[in-house]
Amino acid sequence: MGKYIVKRILIAIPVLIGITIIDYAIMCMAGSPLEMLQGPRISEAAVEARKIALGLDRPFYIQYFVWLGQLLRGNMGYSIKSWQPVSEMIGSHLGPTLLLMGVSLIVSLLIAVPAGIYSAIHQYSKGDYAVVTFSFLGSSIPGFFLSLLLIYIFTVKLGWLPSSGMTTLGTAGGFGDVARHMVMPVIVLAASMAGSNIRYIRSAVLEILQQDYLRTARAKGIGHFKVIGKHALRNALVPIVTVIGMEIPVLFGGAVIIEQVFSWPGLGLMTMSAITSRDYPVIMGVCLLSAVVVLAANLITDILYALVDPTIQLD
Amino acid sequence: MKRNEEKKRRDIVSESYLQTIGRRFMHHHLAVVSLVVVALLAGAALLAPVIAPYNPDDIVGPFSGAPSGEFWLGTDQIGRDVLSRLLYAMRISLLVGVMATLISTVIGVVLGLIAGYFGGVADMAIMRFTDMVMSFPYILLVLVAAAVFKPGLWNIILILGFVDWPGIARLVRGNVLNLRETNFVKGNIVAGMPLRHILFSEILPNTVAPILVYATSVLALSMLDEAALSFLGLGVQPPTASLGNMLNGAQSLTVLTKQPWLWIPAGLLIVILVMAINFIGDALRDALDPGSRR
Repeated sequence: MGKYIVKRILIAIPVLIGITIIDYAIMCMAGSPLEMLQGPRISEAAVEARKIALGLDRPFYIQYFVWLGQLLRGNMGYSIKSWQPVSEMIGSHLGPTLLLMGVSLIVSLLIAVPAGIYSAIHQYSKGDYAVVTFSFLGSSIPGFFLSLLLIYIFTVKLGWLPSSGMTTLGTAGGFGDVARHMVMPVIVLAASMAGSNIRYIRSAVLEILQQDYLRTARAKGIGHFKVIGKHALRNALVPIVTVIGMEIPVLFGGAVIIEQVFSWPGLGLMTMSAITSRDYPVIMGVCLLSAVVVLAANLITDILYALVDPTIQLD
Repeated sequence: MKRNEEKKRRDIVSESYLQTIGRRFMHHHLAVVSLVVVALLAGAALLAPVIAPYNPDDIVGPFSGAPSGEFWLGTDQIGRDVLSRLLYAMRISLLVGVMATLISTVIGVVLGLIAGYFGGVADMAIMRFTDMVMSFPYILLVLVAAAVFKPGLWNIILILGFVDWPGIARLVRGNVLNLRETNFVKGNIVAGMPLRHILFSEILPNTVAPILVYATSVLALSMLDEAALSFLGLGVQPPTASLGNMLNGAQSLTVLTKQPWLWIPAGLLIVILVMAINFIGDALRDALDPGSRR
């Protein structure tokens, strides 16, 4: 097991380096961040001086190695726009995003796991069709459109829920206030995740239900409840773990648009504004962080597999 | 009764592969309905120049006029007919979806074939590259790329096409690895058939079904992505209408609260199209599954 983990990490390192190279190359094709500074009041000499100060006059591969060297020393660089350290910016925006992602993931699992299992056990029943249709709806509705609909209904028409930010401006916030601000973004994120998860869990459970060991369990006459509860559900843990592993990268990206719509002060909002102002160091920092998260999520998923399913051999 | 059953069985034995697929597909009533819906909408989009009541870019009515007998879905902020714009928008959105799917399918199939068939260094390099692309959170990659290259119709198509292929590459590689061990492929190798023939005439046709199923989900996904990008202003640029950028106006509070005809129809159209495509994909998956007993 320990050997396997080391091996996986060794494979992940070149992938990670490759990601930073692709990333940096795209970024350099984008054009200079100084274009944003240019205006009638800034002389060309000043722009040129700034360019040299930022090291933007050097070729792209040297800039890359400078950045990589800094990174290995724990320095992610400074934002070109606000001059804050990137690590500090990420640190201050990470909390709200993790909160939103975590709650949405839990809510989506609370919907998807029971719904997927119910729908597999009652295959081809009316309930099954209803669940599957709902799941298709969940994965087909664009997040931003669902957000707009919810805002239209709950904020504009009914006036029940606040539509932007994390706390009410001018108040201290508090648990209740944050929770009220979270309801709509969580519904949107959870609906889209639950949509695909339900179908995944349903088909996985359907496959389990056809296995020989379940037929044996039924033949023993231990009763429907025990067959499903003890023999089928335990094996359904494997697909559930897969689903969690698959959702983490999706969550990381999906939050960008939703945070934008609801002005949720998280990483997504920060990333969008960095993208529009071509703030390279910030974009690089976020891409790197998300790549690490995705690779780590893949690794943890594979390890969890081995824990929930002893028949899987890692080598 | 008995004779009927026998006749049915004889039909099943003698029917062609396509007939089998068609019969299985017909079992999914929702998918059949979806197919009709997609055909109707795609037809309307194709015939937009003929059936649209007004030119989509012309100012023909009052500013932000409510739906009326003259303008069925009202007019937008500068007096263009919403229904006509919707028809043209659907054209653009379908074009983006179909083209992006085609590009990513071609890239994925070629890379998957090479990786799976040749193995070794080629396989290593391609699969590591696939891992890299897959490790970016998808939307983040699309957003960065859309911000980097000038937003516009063809750039969006290319970006989505170059981002969606890893799934297909993995799928094809897996299938090729299995097929390479089959006797008919080994037979071809022993017989000294040219590589082109083995790859494209023997292996590829046997993996078309899963590719087709996967492509429908890529189609649905890329239409959703186009909508999201255009909604954020990073996709198809006005005055060209796309389903996403027609919703862009709803970011203003007046439009959101007082002029629902400007954004709800476009949003609903996206939902209907994507959902129908997903239903069709699901039915195809069942119909093309060789293990299916129906």
